[in-house]
Amino acid sequence: MARKILLEHANIPGIKTYEVYRQNGGYRSVEKAIKSMTPDEVVEEVKTSGLRGRGGAGFPTGMKWSFIDKKSGKPRHLVCNADESEPGTFKDRFLMEYIPHLLIEGMITSSYALGCNLSYIYIRGEYMWVFRILEKAIKEAYAAGWLGKNILGSGYDLDLHVHCGAGAYICGEETALIESLEGKRGNPRIKPPFPAVSGLWANPTVVNNVESIAAVPWIVNNTGEEYAKIGIGRSTGTKLISASGHIKNPGVYEIELGLSVDEFMNSDEYLGGMMDDRPLKALVPGGSSVPILPSHLIYKNAEGGDRLMSYESLSEGGFQSGSMLGSGGFIVYNDTTCIVRNTWNFSRFYHHESCGQCSPCREGTGWMEKVLHRIETGHGREEDIELLWDIQRKIEGNTICPLGDAAAWPVAAAIRHFREEFEYHVRFPEKVKNRDHFVAEPFEKVRHLVAKQEI
Amino acid sequence: MTMEISNAKQVINIDAKLTERINELLSHYPADKKKSALLPVLHEVQDAHDNWLSIELQDKVAEILEIKPIEVYEVVSFYTMFNQKPIGKYMFEFCRTSCCAIRGAENLMDYTCEKLGIKEGETTPDGMFTVVGVECLGACGYAPMMQLGDYYKEHLTKEKVDEIIEDCRNGKVNLH
Repeated sequence: MARKILLEHANIPGIKTYEVYRQNGGYRSVEKAIKSMTPDEVVEEVKTSGLRGRGGAGFPTGMKWSFIDKKSGKPRHLVCNADESEPGTFKDRFLMEYIPHLLIEGMITSSYALGCNLSYIYIRGEYMWVFRILEKAIKEAYAAGWLGKNILGSGYDLDLHVHCGAGAYICGEETALIESLEGKRGNPRIKPPFPAVSGLWANPTVVNNVESIAAVPWIVNNTGEEYAKIGIGRSTGTKLISASGHIKNPGVYEIELGLSVDEFMNSDEYLGGMMDDRPLKALVPGGSSVPILPSHLIYKNAEGGDRLMSYESLSEGGFQSGSMLGSGGFIVYNDTTCIVRNTWNFSRFYHHESCGQCSPCREGTGWMEKVLHRIETGHGREEDIELLWDIQRKIEGNTICPLGDAAAWPVAAAIRHFREEFEYHVRFPEKVKNRDHFVAEPFEKVRHLVAKQEI
Repeated sequence: MTMEISNAKQVINIDAKLTERINELLSHYPADKKKSALLPVLHEVQDAHDNWLSIELQDKVAEILEIKPIEVYEVVSFYTMFNQKPIGKYMFEFCRTSCCAIRGAENLMDYTCEKLGIKEGETTPDGMFTVVGVECLGACGYAPMMQLGDYYKEHLTKEKVDEIIEDCRNGKVNLH
């Protein structure tokens, strides 16, 4: 069995409660940090650990912490991003639902490191039952003296609250999340100023993903150096992977970074191979926003080297032949999947979730959805494929926040790797009228129809 | 993301229990940042008012938080979880994004609509059920699934949907 850091205690009965969590070594990192370390020493440990943001961007957490403005004298805030909404991702929910105190412990230790006296956990509104689990856990932590005034007699005060969103993917973007926490629409802000200087209520603010915060207690207890020994290269530590789609064992897995994609996909310890033993067609390894990979680029990169579960290996080959680790939303597709339909599905998602501030995203996501829908339903035109390429290219890089890029990349990758499937839809409209058109007759079997057209 | 104005009447009742809960939520934010409590307060108020927010109710929330009504309207119309018109007592929100779609969510939603005799987005004439398709709810590994009230119903099949409908009709389903 691989090493577990975050989910080590996940299966202990009653671990949700304060008593059991504490009996299993919970809150030790708070004791250690507050009693024997300065805040800057905690920041240094996290820097040494090499921990990278687990929400998707992979920015080094310790470095992000070191940017927080401590000179202005304004109150500082730590906000935990629990607005998990990236399609394919459900790991934070698992962590919060089953080991809520791990996140709370991480929030206390991290808030101490950053010098915050008022911190929040921003959770998506749909996770309402998890919101209540966290509310209860926070109450327990207050009652046990881990939160409130003068924690452990140190003079350090911290208030921690959980705040719920109300159904907006965009609030996972850190500045939109801050707007939403201020009681506004989730419109991302123009950066700079960065939240580290001017965030929540114009105070210096750090926003970190649930999984990043939950890794902090282990790092403080065992040192950053030990954490950095786990993993591979600059991908240190463990990562939670949310696995879904056509696989035998969907669910949340903790892996050591550097595990091979082949082993993760096919060993019984993890996904157990393909559902119904059907052929693998494609993989989205890091949530809907990252480029889709065709089967020949999943286990091996374009050079023939093994593909590993790490930030670097999954992006080998750039967007031409690679993808990204992203949030770890690992979506597996078998041969019955229609890539055009799936791309249309993603485009509908981004169109629905665009906040509407920037024209390229507001309009472009809608155009992509419409064009993809007409191709998928058998009303496509030959020039639509170029049109889609053109739209996605004009969205990418032209918006305030990365939602525009996130909407553009899946479309670009689908056309890049599965162009003949788009062409098939345009040339044989009658064959794609049925929603499940590739279930009875997977694309592999009808590929010759496209080949004959000499493309 | 548009503002809708419903002509339906809503009885507004901010009782002692709800007031207490609102005050608890307000205590989570600095005294001069009451507006920050808007989203959590709207959730509580909506839950206590048949799961929708009339303009009058939104005005009331503005009054409680000491902000302008427009500051509430613009938020209510932005977030998908706030309903601007009356909906069925039991709202089946089927996730239809990729991971659920490839595991049969669309066909299951069609089955549910057919069984209830409505189209997606509609409410049954008796006001009991609404069926809507929504975007990713973060339950991708447990697809297909739907949200019902504060809870998720996962690994759905036609049989399970039948059972849930029966349980709703018999008042056996807790929404909050």
